[in-house]
Amino acid sequence: MSSSAAFKENVSRTFRHGVHPPENKEATECRSIERVPFVREYVLPLSQHIGAPSVATVRAGERVLRGQQIAKPGGFVSTTLHTPVTGTVKAVEPRLHPNGKMMPAVVIEADPFASQKVEPAERPSPDGISNKQLVEEVQKAGLVGLGGAAFPSHVKLSLPKDRKIEFVVINGCECEPYLTCDDRLMAERPEAVIRGTEIMMKNLGADRGYIGIEANKPEAAARLREVAPASIEIVVVQVKYPQGAEKMLIDAIMKREVPSGGLPLDIEVLTNNVGTAAAVADWFDRGVPLIERVVTVTGPGIPHPRNLMVPLGTPVSTIVEYCGGLTENTRQVIMGGPMMGMPQKSLDVPVMKGTSGILALTSVFQETAQEYPCIRCARCLEACPMFLNPTRLAQLARFEKIESLEEYHAMDCFECASCSYVCPSNIPLVQWIRMGKAMLREAKSKQ
Amino acid sequence: MDVVIVAAVIMTGLGIVFASILATADHFLRVEEDPRLEEVENLLPGNNCGACGEPGCSAFAGKLVTGETSPGKCTVSNEESLVQIAGLLGVDVGGEEKQVARLKCAGGEGLAGELADYRGISSCRAAVVVDGGGRACTWVCLGLADCEKACTFDSITMNWEGLPQVNVDTCTACGDCVDVCPLDLFTLVPMSQQLFVQCNSPLTGDAARMRCSVACDACGRCAADAPSGVIDMVNGLPVIHYDRAEQPSQRSTWRCPTGAIVWLEGEQFTEPIAEISRERIRA
Repeated sequence: MSSSAAFKENVSRTFRHGVHPPENKEATECRSIERVPFVREYVLPLSQHIGAPSVATVRAGERVLRGQQIAKPGGFVSTTLHTPVTGTVKAVEPRLHPNGKMMPAVVIEADPFASQKVEPAERPSPDGISNKQLVEEVQKAGLVGLGGAAFPSHVKLSLPKDRKIEFVVINGCECEPYLTCDDRLMAERPEAVIRGTEIMMKNLGADRGYIGIEANKPEAAARLREVAPASIEIVVVQVKYPQGAEKMLIDAIMKREVPSGGLPLDIEVLTNNVGTAAAVADWFDRGVPLIERVVTVTGPGIPHPRNLMVPLGTPVSTIVEYCGGLTENTRQVIMGGPMMGMPQKSLDVPVMKGTSGILALTSVFQETAQEYPCIRCARCLEACPMFLNPTRLAQLARFEKIESLEEYHAMDCFECASCSYVCPSNIPLVQWIRMGKAMLREAKSKQ
Repeated sequence: MDVVIVAAVIMTGLGIVFASILATADHFLRVEEDPRLEEVENLLPGNNCGACGEPGCSAFAGKLVTGETSPGKCTVSNEESLVQIAGLLGVDVGGEEKQVARLKCAGGEGLAGELADYRGISSCRAAVVVDGGGRACTWVCLGLADCEKACTFDSITMNWEGLPQVNVDTCTACGDCVDVCPLDLFTLVPMSQQLFVQCNSPLTGDAARMRCSVACDACGRCAADAPSGVIDMVNGLPVIHYDRAEQPSQRSTWRCPTGAIVWLEGEQFTEPIAEISRERIRA
């Protein structure tokens, strides 16, 4: 790719600090998105997003049509759930959730003789609807941030009265190693990404849109440039982890800083993932709610790595099987990317709205290194994109100094794991900080 | 020489003035303190464990002297000191029945299913934030000993199955283990309540059994064998009512297929559970 080398040269936009893990995207970056065949059983956990769990509106034995609502929001910070398949509701019962717990889920048995056609849902035209209507529609479509955190999109889109949005930033960085689902989506459906961005910009009154893409995705950037109108700029940023974090991307594109504990809204910016933008377009143009998503199945433990369009709720085991099964030396299966993904103890977990990848790592990558004491080299300080002191935070968490954790801004850590990645003593810094954040949250809820 | 005399006179004068101010203040601002307070405090153990419900021993002593609580509330102190305190204050020893911490799980190593190998930080609270360790059951004791580290009285030791063994003699029911357990598996139970369910999984039938060989599968046999109304099946687990006219009996444990409900005499996990359940399987 000589063109991509030339392309990389002029790129200077980025944030300060961060790390450069090996990209490892070669296996899937040129594979177009394929559809997986339907399987027998689908499991849809009621809490696939941040916030209150959804409330099931179907009962065991009920027949459901693909795209039909099966759960309603359990509050404002909660969203709708739709069945990804035509079939019968088998049960609403606790099933293994990718977070390791048994959580209530709707189990649907697919009808092998159904056509699996989606009837377009009723929805207004996106032109000229109020912000309140847009928020309602997006919640009805069950949209969440498809980058991985799965924060309900309508909450981000709802504009408080005296606030405005100046810029819409669409995140196509995909800085996690291995993952290529956003890359392929941008390269194959650039119109949908642009259309979704335009709908959001128009509704929020933003006059400029930016789509940030890391320099290692020249095809995606070129395809988007072909279709982008003048108001949307495609910004190529440096390849660096965690460039895809919203605060880092805003910093790289417009040199604005989100205040500590604040939201991008505080600096008049809205950020969304490219997948979410495309899903917004799908709802308004085609009437299809969020029932499937692109998942990258890759890693040295997968014989045939692929980018797949997977109906939500498909068991991970069947997807892994479709890609050739795990190789014998597989040691770890991660949902999401290698830096921020969740390790899984069982393959009997379903694909959820926030699942961007299924990654199988082999022994080569997972030799558990021995942990040594901190040598005060300060590499974690230089890696932390939030300018925190990870080694101090880890110490405070270890000794349960909860007030000090707050003083050292533990809550600003978004667990990108750059600190653990660079630590020469192999200290699991991010796990300690995560535990510290959990303790801090618990202490606050008690007060 | 004069200077010395003047200085001495001034200093003496000042001394007299301040002494009289202090004497007046003592007269008008005096706080009557019960002399028994110090004695009582000396008789208390001084661990500040909080088992009595007060922040520390000194606060407890204060409430004892004012008669707001009874000496028996202190579960740490020995009998002799309590009788002494009671005699000093002229009250009954009274107090609560001895409670101990019991674990609502018996799924130790080799009993609860193991799906993956957890290699992170050796702490239950750290394991819970990353996929909850490697065990098949969500409500299982992770065996990473956060409770052992938290126990002020060294009453908890991890036993041969990787489960926390509570020493009933030294356990003061202070509740530190209850607070620290991220899965809320500990509960404080009076010693007289001998029938106990060693499982916290709401799963029923095969779903429970396939994850753990000593799980309660909610078959309801214990409830059927107990006097009516004493045991209820709620949320896939038996709930034992001790406040009814009829008391639960050991009979309820006889037909339990997994050994999830037990009759406790003293400590929990007195013999390897693996053996008990193997015997049951044979029978």
